[in-house]
Amino acid sequence: MSAPNPAIAGGAALPVLKERGQREVFCGLTGIVWLHRKMQDAFFLVIGSRTCAHLLQSAAGVMIFAEPRFATAILEEKDLAGLADANEEIDRVVARVLRRRPEVRQLFLVGSCPSEVIKLDLSRAAARLSQQHGPDVQVLAYSGSGIETTFTQGEDACLASMLRAQGPSEDAGDDLLVVGTLPDVVEDQLQRLFDQLGVPVRFFPPRRARSAPPVGRGTRYLLAQPFLAETGLALNDLGARHLPAPFPLGAEGTRAWLQAAATEYGVDPARFEEVVAPAEARARRALAPMRERLAGKRIFFFPDSQLEIPIARFLAREVGMELVEVGTPYLQRDHLGPELALLPDGVQLSEGQDVERQLDRCRAAAPDMVVCGLGLANPLEVEGMTTKWSIELVFTPVQGFEQAGDLAELFARPLVRRERLKV
Amino acid sequence: MKLSVWTYEGPPHVGAMRVATGMKGVHFVLHAPQGDTYADLLFTMIERRKQRPPVTYTTFQARDLGSDTAELFKTAAREAYERFQPEVLLVGASCTAELIQDDPAGIAAAIGLPVPVVPVELSAYQRKENWGAGETFYQLVRACCPKEGVERLPRTGPSCNLLGPTALGFRHRDDVAEITRLLGRLGVDVNVTAPLGASPADLARLPQADFNVVLYPEIGEPVARWLKRNHGQEAVAATPIGVGGTADFVKQVAELAGVDPAPVLEESGARLPWYSRSIDSTYLTGKRVFVFGDATHALAAARVATEELGFEVVGLGTYSREQARDVRKAAKRYGVEALITDDHLEVEDRIAELHPELVLGTQMERHIAKRLGLPCAIISAPVHVHDYPARYSPQMGFEGANVLFDTWVHPLMMGLEEHLLGMFREDFEFADGAAPSHLGHAPKASAPAELEGPAAADPQAADPAAADPAAEGRAESLAAETAPSASASTASASTASAASASASSASAPEAPPSGEPSWTREAQKELKKIPFFVRGKARRNTERFARERGFASITLETLYEAKAHFAGRR
Ligand code: SF4
Ligand code: SF4
Repeated sequence: MSAPNPAIAGGAALPVLKERGQREVFCGLTGIVWLHRKMQDAFFLVIGSRTCAHLLQSAAGVMIFAEPRFATAILEEKDLAGLADANEEIDRVVARVLRRRPEVRQLFLVGSCPSEVIKLDLSRAAARLSQQHGPDVQVLAYSGSGIETTFTQGEDACLASMLRAQGPSEDAGDDLLVVGTLPDVVEDQLQRLFDQLGVPVRFFPPRRARSAPPVGRGTRYLLAQPFLAETGLALNDLGARHLPAPFPLGAEGTRAWLQAAATEYGVDPARFEEVVAPAEARARRALAPMRERLAGKRIFFFPDSQLEIPIARFLAREVGMELVEVGTPYLQRDHLGPELALLPDGVQLSEGQDVERQLDRCRAAAPDMVVCGLGLANPLEVEGMTTKWSIELVFTPVQGFEQAGDLAELFARPLVRRERLKV
Repeated sequence: MKLSVWTYEGPPHVGAMRVATGMKGVHFVLHAPQGDTYADLLFTMIERRKQRPPVTYTTFQARDLGSDTAELFKTAAREAYERFQPEVLLVGASCTAELIQDDPAGIAAAIGLPVPVVPVELSAYQRKENWGAGETFYQLVRACCPKEGVERLPRTGPSCNLLGPTALGFRHRDDVAEITRLLGRLGVDVNVTAPLGASPADLARLPQADFNVVLYPEIGEPVARWLKRNHGQEAVAATPIGVGGTADFVKQVAELAGVDPAPVLEESGARLPWYSRSIDSTYLTGKRVFVFGDATHALAAARVATEELGFEVVGLGTYSREQARDVRKAAKRYGVEALITDDHLEVEDRIAELHPELVLGTQMERHIAKRLGLPCAIISAPVHVHDYPARYSPQMGFEGANVLFDTWVHPLMMGLEEHLLGMFREDFEFADGAAPSHLGHAPKASAPAELEGPAAADPQAADPAAADPAAEGRAESLAAETAPSASASTASASTASAASASASSASAPEAPPSGEPSWTREAQKELKKIPFFVRGKARRNTERFARERGFASITLETLYEAKAHFAGRR
């Protein structure tokens, strides 16, 4: 089918536009929306303001049907007066949460801008609370504040806090660790592929926070998400070794990602082909009709989840889209090296944001599709642009071979919709 | 610290955004971190507005703290002015910026912009969204409207202002249209509607009207008081919701305007009165409703429910503490205890305890009702995207009353359907908790136990009020054991969740805590024959009846004794 076009491969020294102005991106608290569903024994308690509570409910409200395993302890006037008081308050609120949710085994105190600015030491509070409620309940702390974290960086901070709490394990064995939240269905598919390849694999974060796999010298890890800078460092500190690879998005990305593991674990190349080729062929079949729709279409990315670069690589190489600008909130070169190498030459990257200027550039470029956050999408549609909300890319199973077609379809759908509507 | 899962109101700066976004010619520079930009989506996605809110966020980061956050604000304000050329620049701080004390007002004033700069103090740690909207509107009027010297315009007829509607308001768009039309029929012109649709220049014209109409007191009241004080304009106090409320409103307007209300009242266009009187509606009589929302809508809904649909209000509450007094007073009239809280868990407990037949509330109550398997209609903000309908759907005026009739009756079972379900409980096709047949899906029967479990597990909850739901969770799982196989899956789900959530009580259904009467199997089975929407009530009444008499067990006899005892009471 559509083998990657070598002519566009290999853009190492890409121009990067660094911006420092108004950002239109969620803060790290948002990660709670998926993390609290992924880890079923975990509870996320934000120590923050009414704004934080409102952000969580606005970002998550429409999507949540069961009682969420998160809440906000809203700071009030009296809490701002003295710190000793605040610690007692945290203890009281945590006790109430644990009474209400006796099944919780892992509680995260999540820092916010207000808690950071008034310098509440949540790590100390977490240690104290772990003593108080342990061993049944472990309490950890991380920051999801908007002054320190952008959107998906909240997950990074959360996972890093879990790893830092567990310490290196002597008998971790040499299992492969796949790191980064994946939808359960994707995880199951990947598990089957690794089983067939004979690679012993564990996933992190686990479905139950307290049964996290041990990590130690023998551990090697593959990242399933591109936004895990801190988590990577925490893993390295535990003695684990990173297997650099592109991310498992699209047929090409998934193959390369699996290949990194196969090489490391000495999987017989014939066996690798036997396992991977049929799934890969299926993915390419699913992509073919999408390529017809999307090839040659010009796409512009506003920064959001840090998934922008791997997805842009996929869209350029596997369905032939033209990249006008690829924005990312933060360009994490350590983990993105293999991705950057696959980007077409001369692609305009931008890091950080100045939303008004970026909108000017976007309007001037008049792309066929704009990937942007929820706040911008409808107004751009009104201006006649076709948009794709970036948050959907975080909330949809898109990784692996079986989802390659779905990932492309997410981009085809807005175009199809425009064609269909006669009103 | 206040533990909260969902909040009824956003922070005060969101109220300020609602005012700025509703108006023309105003731009808001908000000192805030990047995450606070989520608020844009409330307007662009939930309300589907076509433009971004006119808001510039400074989005300062940790590395800016202590060094140049003030400089950031200055740049943001200057660039926002240059780019958007507003007639007025509104400046304020969100919760985080309030802590770093950069003084946006002072900085913005120092730039020396050629337009008025209006600062708002938003008190993020004490106040909330509606207050923020009211305060912002008030500050804008004070800045834009002369204190004296504005002449009433010589007009052909009387005129008034409509105060209070904003962007993101619950049905504000349609209420304004409906009330403008109603006033037109009375011969009263609308001079200015504000904040929605008004420019700063329009605010300066407010004193030209003869009087004011405060559609949403939570937001419009401070401005109405200021206009009264400085320009002597009276304000209409009646809320035009429901047929009675609208009639009162028409009379008050007519009096202030010196016009005759009779023609409008006679030809009101309200179909609600006849729909309510038609015999098909008899079954609505005495339906037990629980009402919760902002004070204005909750009060009006309680009145419409009792006087215009013949319901019985069994619970009334609000999250607007500022208007708590009025709600308490009204609750007294209905013989219920007012629930003044912004903690939705408390509301949930109250609803579970009261077992109403219909819940009138906000999106939070919709979720609670969904879990309890109760019908629900939305009467107040906060609401979700599907509560901003494409069609014309006011809450106010006579057409609004028609809308209320339709939306409140829609979630209920139709009269005869309800009867049949009651008569033939054991028909195998009448699944437990069957939904009205004109609504496609059934509510989940397992919800109550799931909901009440955590309360039961709370060792602190030793008071009888909390013990009650515990008993109910237990009875629910008992019931599950005797349930026919058709509902086995939901029943076992309820057993499981009750057991996991409250190990102490639910794991030992046969041995209830001492002093609690236990159900015989026969009585338990009979209880299952009572339609689910009144079953909880029947169970609790029976248990209370037995407990008060010191019965050790509840037999068939007890069940019917209790039924007779409570007949005609609440
Ligand atoms: S069901 Fe309705 S009210 Fe509930 S989250 Fe979804 S959209 Fe909001
Ligand atoms: S940016 Fe800061 S204050 Fe705003 S919601 Fe996020 S953590 Fe809370």
